[in-house]
Amino acid sequence: MLQPYASPLERAWYVGLRVLVGLILLFLILPILVIIPLSFNADSFLMYPMSGFSLRWYEDFFTSPAWRRSLANSLIISPLATLLAMVLGTMAAIGLVRARFPGKALLTAILISPMVVPVVIVAVALYMAFAPFGLTGTYTGLVLAHAVLGVPFVVTTVTATLQGFDFNLVRAAGSLGAGPLTTFFRVTLPQVAPGVISGGLFAFAISFDEVVVTLFLASPEQATLPRQMFSGIRENISPTIAAAATILVLMSTLMLLTLEWLRRRNERLRGVSPG
Amino acid sequence: MTALCETADAPIAPRALKRRLRHAERRRNLLFAALIGPLAFFVLASFIVPIASLLGKSIDNPEVHGNLPQTLALLEDWSGDALPDDATFASLAHELTQAAGTPAVANIAKRLNREQPGTRTLVMRTARGLPLPEGTPAREGLIQLDARWGETQTWHLLRNAGGAFTGFYLLSAVDRTVDADGNIVASPPEEAVYLDVLKRTFVMSIVVTAVCLLLGFPLAYLMATLPARHANLLMILVLLPFWTSVLVRVAAWIVLLQNEGLINQLLMWTGVTEAPVQMLFNRFGVYVAMVHILLPFMVLPLYSVMKGIPPAYLRAAVSLGCPPLRSFWRVYFPLTLPGIGAGALLVFILCMGYYITPALLGGPNDQMISYFIAFYTNQTVNWGMASALSVVLLAATLVLYGFYVRYLGTPNTDAR
Repeated sequence: MLQPYASPLERAWYVGLRVLVGLILLFLILPILVIIPLSFNADSFLMYPMSGFSLRWYEDFFTSPAWRRSLANSLIISPLATLLAMVLGTMAAIGLVRARFPGKALLTAILISPMVVPVVIVAVALYMAFAPFGLTGTYTGLVLAHAVLGVPFVVTTVTATLQGFDFNLVRAAGSLGAGPLTTFFRVTLPQVAPGVISGGLFAFAISFDEVVVTLFLASPEQATLPRQMFSGIRENISPTIAAAATILVLMSTLMLLTLEWLRRRNERLRGVSPG
Repeated sequence: MTALCETADAPIAPRALKRRLRHAERRRNLLFAALIGPLAFFVLASFIVPIASLLGKSIDNPEVHGNLPQTLALLEDWSGDALPDDATFASLAHELTQAAGTPAVANIAKRLNREQPGTRTLVMRTARGLPLPEGTPAREGLIQLDARWGETQTWHLLRNAGGAFTGFYLLSAVDRTVDADGNIVASPPEEAVYLDVLKRTFVMSIVVTAVCLLLGFPLAYLMATLPARHANLLMILVLLPFWTSVLVRVAAWIVLLQNEGLINQLLMWTGVTEAPVQMLFNRFGVYVAMVHILLPFMVLPLYSVMKGIPPAYLRAAVSLGCPPLRSFWRVYFPLTLPGIGAGALLVFILCMGYYITPALLGGPNDQMISYFIAFYTNQTVNWGMASALSVVLLAATLVLYGFYVRYLGTPNTDAR
């Protein structure tokens, strides 16, 4: 990058920018790296220096009823909400891309509006609306709420993927005698799968990290992992939180790598195809 | 489509063709409706309707209106100069007797108390004294229970609080109230807190947005100029925190910023300070964590704009004799403005709605408007006030979002 004939000023700029950016990246990544070792701390303080190595906080995480239940709740609620958001969002995205009707822009705006409204307003509104139907303090209520928050991400990513989709393929399949369902599962879905999966991952991440709506809608019985972490941070901050955090960081790394893999695969496929 | 293909080799009358086309068109439309319909219904039922009904609660006024309908009807014809007539007194005694022992009394008391502090006791005491002993005239009986029923001002209060709708909450949310003559005036100082909260919300959002821009610009710039392999590594370092739970990051900042935390240990070891610096549960801690959470939202749009600026522009400026710093400022920087606009608006919009980070890392003076919405919903069950503050926050958000869509296109959620 840096030419051998660069002036001292250019050299200073070159080095200075890299040092500055290094510090900014340190700021971004350090907090995440700092909390992981503390989950292996032998004593019960969430601070350095560590007194020794121990797995007791992981044991606590996987055996204490509150943490276990919160993990189980998260593993029930988030996949169900994601599935609901993926199915409804994908269907709607396909319809929205192909249909022409007045008010389409408005309808699209409404469908992705949960992304825009501040989450505390969503939480209060759902709390007031769900109470009369007995949906507060239920799994159903939480799944519905989390799905609504995740749907816009599915709609937008699938719509974006469909921009490059050639609908003549659907016509071709139809003219060759495939029914609409066969066409969808054998022709359309494989093509838009990366969009559906990354939309689903976004929806899952939203739900899995959601705490405000859960604070309002869930009874202690439905407390999710973030909800449990919230009360943990508020009440007694212990290394079990670090253990939970480490597990969550692992999960987010996994999701990030999946997305990155999907993106590269997509780029590769696009590179091969003549389009 | 299939209808056309089946008959492609047989000649068809134009009218039949038209009919078939119409038929196919209708089937297509039905299919699209069936595809979009479920989500439209779902979002309508579990998002739009709840939000609309929440916003409606900011002008809803059911407490007095719903429980004392007959008295309010009689007060409609009341001149307001002297005390109301006996029928009005009797009606109030009757309706309060009916409400006694139900939550309705507490609701009426609470509603009137909001209009004028101290009125709660008036309603509660009166309700406890009811029903009046047999034969006592309602007027004397009520005044005996509480002398305030003998003041016209009390009846004005009742009438003012008795409308089906009220601007009370919305006005309160901007520190305004209606005085006895019906003029909109500033709220009494002890109740005028919301404009301060709103101002604080804006100031904090501006600070966080500015710091995000200062940190995000060089980061995005380097990423855009590095070769793809290195840029990808940097991108992963930006995206990993982006995908990590907010709760994890809040916990991590507590570990770093607490009095015995690494930052304080470092400060004391290097001799910058003798005693630990308080960095948690104040504004500083909130700022640090919010910048950390929102920085990726600034970097991603900046990066995607900078990536599209051909490096030749800058080289051309330099080769034409413009000094490097100046050409950066005059050529490169203006081209990044759409990215700056998108990133700053996005960060600002997200900032305004923040609840969790200030709640966990801030002190009482660092809470933003969201905190008060939650507070009025959960702690004091003042849904009118919670709704009015929601109206203010939502209006601010939608206006900014309108700018975003109008000038910068729809948001790119693909993170790239």
